[in-house]
Parts: sequence; structure tokens; C-alpha cells
Amino acid sequence: MANFVLDFEKPILEIERRIAELREFSNSEDMELHKEIERLETKAQKLRLEVYSKLTRWQRVQLARHPNRPYTLDYIDNMMTDFIELHGDRAFGDDPAIVAGIGKIDGIPVTLIGHQKARDTREKIRRNFGMPHPEGYRKALRVMRLAARFNRPIICLIDTPGAYPGLGAEERGQAEAIARNLFEMAHLPVPIIIVIIGEGASGGALGIGVGDRILMMENTWFSVITPEGCAAILYRNSANAPQAAEAMRVTPPDLLELKVIDRILPEPPGGAHNDHVAAAHIVKKAILDELAQLGQLKGEELVLQRVAKYAQMGVWSE
Amino acid sequence: MEWFKRVTPGLEPQTKRELPDGLWIKCDNCGEILYKKELDRNLQVCTKCAFHFRMNSDQYIQLLADEDSFVEFNRHILPADPLKFKDTKKYSDRLRDAAAKTGLEEAVRTGRCQLSGMPIILVAMDFRFIGGSMGSVVGEKISRATDIAIQEQKPLVIISASGGARMQEGALSLMQMAKTSAKLALLSDAKLPYISILTDPTTGGVTASFSMLGDIILAEPGALIGFAGPRVIKQTIGQDLPEGFQRSEFLLTHGFVDVIVHRAEMKNHVAQILSYFAQPAAPGKKIRTAPKPRTAAVPVAKSAKSRTAAKGKKTRSTTERSPRENSADE
Ligand SMILES: [Zn+2]
Repeated sequence: MANFVLDFEKPILEIERRIAELREFSNSEDMELHKEIERLETKAQKLRLEVYSKLTRWQRVQLARHPNRPYTLDYIDNMMTDFIELHGDRAFGDDPAIVAGIGKIDGIPVTLIGHQKARDTREKIRRNFGMPHPEGYRKALRVMRLAARFNRPIICLIDTPGAYPGLGAEERGQAEAIARNLFEMAHLPVPIIIVIIGEGASGGALGIGVGDRILMMENTWFSVITPEGCAAILYRNSANAPQAAEAMRVTPPDLLELKVIDRILPEPPGGAHNDHVAAAHIVKKAILDELAQLGQLKGEELVLQRVAKYAQMGVWSE
Repeated sequence: MEWFKRVTPGLEPQTKRELPDGLWIKCDNCGEILYKKELDRNLQVCTKCAFHFRMNSDQYIQLLADEDSFVEFNRHILPADPLKFKDTKKYSDRLRDAAAKTGLEEAVRTGRCQLSGMPIILVAMDFRFIGGSMGSVVGEKISRATDIAIQEQKPLVIISASGGARMQEGALSLMQMAKTSAKLALLSDAKLPYISILTDPTTGGVTASFSMLGDIILAEPGALIGFAGPRVIKQTIGQDLPEGFQRSEFLLTHGFVDVIVHRAEMKNHVAQILSYFAQPAAPGKKIRTAPKPRTAAVPVAKSAKSRTAAKGKKTRSTTERSPRENSADE
């Protein structure tokens, strides 16, 4: 993975680089150096806590987009066994921006669906930067219906800057594909767990994002439009994205307060991009917890609870 | 089935160009000078080129509901400002200005009415109120209208006119897409018909939720209907959009609209479709009876709690009131 550092990560990484240097040149007897290393480690730890405890909403958006963050396939690698990816919507084609398949988590057979971003240019283009076309949503629905028939829980990992706004997408009914998924996911009689692992933008995220539990990793965002898109419309300038992120309140604590999500999953020190294995472990444990609870409910109860959950969302006065 | 070619682009506000004396209007599409009273008589359709001018919720209710039959419910559900949102203008000011300008409380009106003698639940969006955008109130009113349709075993008709989900309520607006779609899933389980009527414009989160979920989808000619706005698409792909892109006729060609219906024919079409669904099975023939609707009753959320909205006003969620109570404000 290429080295990519956000501005506010720099002072921490600078100390870590010093520590690594000292380690390299120290011999085991040099007590002075050991003390210095220890001192720097404490300092790095303190700084990390300080920086991460007061991230602005915009900084959180940047972390969610960090190119070293684990993507859906990284989570699959680190938390599933026997995964087989399933391709195609049986009507038009296969959309590489959405990965769907079957496999096991801790021995439990599950269906997993997720947006897929990529790191190198060619792969990024092939994955369309995680922006699905209608066939992606229809593939997801096909695989989810299969899960429902065989009573398998469904896990959806959300990480998209939005559904793709293009000619083909409109011709093939982007709006219909997303709407259909919202409608069908509302009454699939198996547990559905949503985990927002990066970006959660608009209908593109929601199209595979309706479920019984909505969990959000600590350094992610979720809203009705990207901060840039919002800024372009309301401020007539996408450079106002940081203000838009503030105004729309896009971070996990905001959404927990607004009762949009159920739970925030803390990330490994310095963010999920620093430790893919630890991040996957956290997500895996959360999924198993939730499955244990949801597994108690009958299909019909699940559906009624799910519809009721969404029925409560929103704030109005009367 | 193309009555005209619309030349006005995108989501721009349709301006009825009123000429100074106020009696004449210039057609946006063909340039014809139209006598205003004549345009009113012709359901806001250009007498020369059949261009459909936008109509507001009053006009649509008049178009579809039998005379004096529309009884609105849930007018008392009012917008709050849960995010204390401010861009170049405060959201609370935007709401107040929109209400003052339009005389509406929000971008949707819901109620009971008769359509050619058939009782239905009618939902009419209004583009004049913040671009017909969907926030918590629009989502809640449509959800309750769907609940009432299920409870009273009536068909649902929704007229869409919207630029999409409302940014000023952030993720709460987004969740209204899931909420309205989930309720429609129950309506469908209850085997009640839902007719969706798409008018100019229907885009974004509204198209990508209830608008595209009609059992039957009708569209007015020339309406802009799509997921992404034309400007965003143009910017993304870096080229001009083909003529007629995202218009009703384009959606019909690609299989996403059942029928394009001229405004003057809309009521007849809806009535004919509803009577098809309402008619009991033909006598003499043995027809397997459909299973009883699974969800005649609306699920009640035990965890529904009242919430406090902006200014400390008491807010409550739909499940605490029965639909009877919902209509108490009629
Ligand atoms: Zn004309």
C-alpha cells in the first residue's frame, strides 16, 4: 500500500518514525535510548488520543476516504472462511462496484454484500470507485433473495461515494433498482446487518443499506449526499464541503443521537487503515453479537420490527 | 407517443412568463402567447404544442378528486429543524418563507377522496415548497397515508413532483426513502393497489423510493424523471446529454413507465385502472381465492418514544396514534 498521510496524522507519524529510527540504531544495552523510546511512545499515544478525540466532521470524512482503509474484500479476507463470490444480475451484467457472495463467519453460513473500492488506478476504474450501476443493486437483490429462501442472515458493508450518475445507469433504471431494494429489503424474513465501513452517500449507500441493525465504524460518514454535492448546491461551491459536512452532521455520534444508527464500532488506534486485521476482528465480533440476538426472532417478527424501526425515523412536530 | 419536444432544460424552475397585463402567458416550449384563462381551462396545457406546465397540489387534487370530496388529514405534522441547519440561509427561515409564499405547511398533502366514485387515499406533492423535497414530514405523511390505506383497505395514489431528498435534514431525509418503501411493502403484502403518477420533475431520492414502486406507473408527457440530476450527469461524463434524456418518453422506451398519459386523460386512466383492481373475480369461473392479507393491521412499535424537536416542541411518532386519531384534524 502506498504511503498516504492526512495532515492531522503527520505529527503522530513523525514521532513514530523517530521511534523506528532509534530502535534501528539502539543496541540492547543503551538504557538512555530505551528511555527516550519509551518517552516518545507515551508522547505518540497521548497525541493520538488528543487528535482523534477531537476530529472535526470533515477530518472524519477524510479518514473514511483514506486509501489505505480496509475495503469489503479486505474484511472478507480477514473475517470469513469459504467465501465464494457470486456474479451477475442475470439480466444485464456483473457490476464490480458491488461484491456479493456466500461464506462463513465463525462457522455460521452468511450472505455478504458490499461496495468495493480499489487502490490502484486500473482497479479503481474497474470498480468504478465503488459507485454501482443498477445491475449491482439487482445482483445484490438476487443474492439476498437466495439467502432469504435458505434462511441465511445477510451482512451488508457500506462504502460508496454514491450510485453512479451516468447515461447507462439512467437508461437501466438506477432509481428503480435502488427503490426495489429498499422495498424488498424491508420485508426479507432473515436478519440483515448493515455495517458502514467507509463512506455512506445517499441512495447509493441505502440501496444495500436497509436492515435490522445499522452499525457504523468510528471513522466513517453517512448522509443524504456527499459534503461536496451539498456544498455545490447550497453554497454554489464544492470547496465549502467542510462546512457542508458540519451542517449535515454526518458522523457516527451525530447519527446515533438522531437515532439513525444503532451502534458505533471503535476502530484500532489511529484508525482502521492502520490495522486491517484488528478492524476486521472488531466488525466480526459485532456481527456475531447482533446475529446472536436477531437469531432469536422469527422471520415475521423480524420484518415487523424492521418496518417499525424505520417508521420511527425522522423528526417533526405535531 | 410524443405530443411535443420539451426544450427547457433540467430542473430549472419553470417560469410561466406572464406578460405585463397579467392576462397573457408565453409558452416556455413553443413561444405561443396564450390567454391565461384559456390555459386555466386547458389544465395548464399549452393549446398549441401540448406542453404541460407544472401544476401545484391544489390543481392536482382538483384534477383527480371528485368535486369537494378531498378531505385532507395530518396537516398538523409540521417540519422541525433537527440539525439546526444553516447554509447561506437558516433552514428554519427557508421553511418559514416557503410556508408564507405557498400557504402550505410542507411539500406534500395527503387525504381521503373519491375518484370517479371510488374511495382512495390521495397524496399530492407540491414542487413549490422547497422544490418538493422530502424531509421527515414528507416521509411521515406518506407513511401514515399508506398506513391508512392499509387500515381502510383503499387504493393509494401518489402524485410525485420533487427534486429529491431534502439536504437540510441530512441522513434523516435519506431514511425517509427506506421508511416510505417499507410501508409500501406492507401495502403490497395487503394486496392493495398503488398507482404512482410522475410529473415534472421527479428526481433523486423520491424517484429512488416510492415513486418507482407503483404497481402501475403513469407519467405526464415530457416530465423530467431520473435518479441523478441532468447537471450532475453532464458534469460527471463531461459531455452533453442526448435529446429527450430522462424525459417520460425515454423512461417508457427503457421500460420504467407503464403509460404516458395526457393530463386531460389522467383521471379517466386512473379510474379505469382502479376499477380493474377493484372488480371482483368474473362470475361463473372458478378462481383460486387469494390468501387473506397478512398485514391488515399496522405494526405497532413498542419502543416508539416521543422525541423533542427544535424549540422543545413535543414530537411523536406515527405508531402512537391510531389512524382514526390521525385524521382528527380534518
Ligand atoms: Zn406551447
